[in-house]
Amino acid sequence: MKNLKFLLLGVFFGIVLTKSEAISWYRIYEMFKFQSFHMYGIIGSAVAVSMVLMYFFKNGTIKDYLGNQITIKEKKKGFIKTLVGGTIFGLGWALAGACPAPIFVLIGHGIFPIMIVLIGAMLGTFIYGLLSNKLPN
Amino acid sequence: MDFILQPWPWFISGPLIAFVLFLFFYFGKNFGVSTNLETMCTIAGAGKVSDYFKKDWKERDWALVFLIGLVIGGFITANYLSNSVTIDLNPKTVQELADLGFTNAGDTFVPNEIFRIENMLTLKGFAVLLIAGILIGFGTRYAGGCTSGHAITGLSSLQLPSLIAVIGFFIGGLLMTWFLFPLIFG
Repeated sequence: MKNLKFLLLGVFFGIVLTKSEAISWYRIYEMFKFQSFHMYGIIGSAVAVSMVLMYFFKNGTIKDYLGNQITIKEKKKGFIKTLVGGTIFGLGWALAGACPAPIFVLIGHGIFPIMIVLIGAMLGTFIYGLLSNKLPN
Repeated sequence: MDFILQPWPWFISGPLIAFVLFLFFYFGKNFGVSTNLETMCTIAGAGKVSDYFKKDWKERDWALVFLIGLVIGGFITANYLSNSVTIDLNPKTVQELADLGFTNAGDTFVPNEIFRIENMLTLKGFAVLLIAGILIGFGTRYAGGCTSGHAITGLSSLQLPSLIAVIGFFIGGLLMTWFLFPLIFG
């Protein structure tokens, strides 16, 4: 099964997100209240280590498992869409205390009401899809 | 083994998240979770209503398998890799939450005040969960990524749109936490 590695990667990431407490609504609240370094430490150190990895990806020192150059997808440009979209996401992130990956991890924890958040997220994605041509970039 | 059962400090967790990012790229994929919400809409039949969702979801089957892994990872950790949940919150946070009506902050991963099963049956409780989800779904797709795609992948590869998106994440998060919470829960 070619996708087994992604299953295991998901399991591993689910464990890391739980043990780091990044799936905790309280940790997100505390972060936005600037009352703890915990989440800043997690995200900051993840970004710092990733920057080193990106350097080696870009200069070709680290190649993918097939020996190909690793390319990083360019994010779509657009000031309004990233700022407004980001702000809307931030409102939801703080309210639910979960971003997309933790939503799935919390399902595994048996937190059933998070399914409503997931359905809402699909609905929000659907609304975006319907409006995507009409929204400013 | 005791170390595994305890919560992990940020300086272990952060680099492990970077390791997950490394494995994604090593396996020839980009790290990001929110695109899957689009794939799930496609599977649910959204392509019948909007061309935006007319995609071949089978090209992203690996990502859906990853999501299943997340659920299993959550289950394994909750049942076999934790000795207690208690989250070591700032006492000030606990006090402020108590003032908002959130009791026993940190005894569970998520507050009962929002995630109690019965909340799904009340209009307000259901609306909070659904609206939070809609904001997450709409926002990530409009911004083009979430915490994994923008904050970690985008910032570490020095992409300007990701910096703008992360500033947006904080504008929204601060607005919600500082101004809207007291209105919603106060």
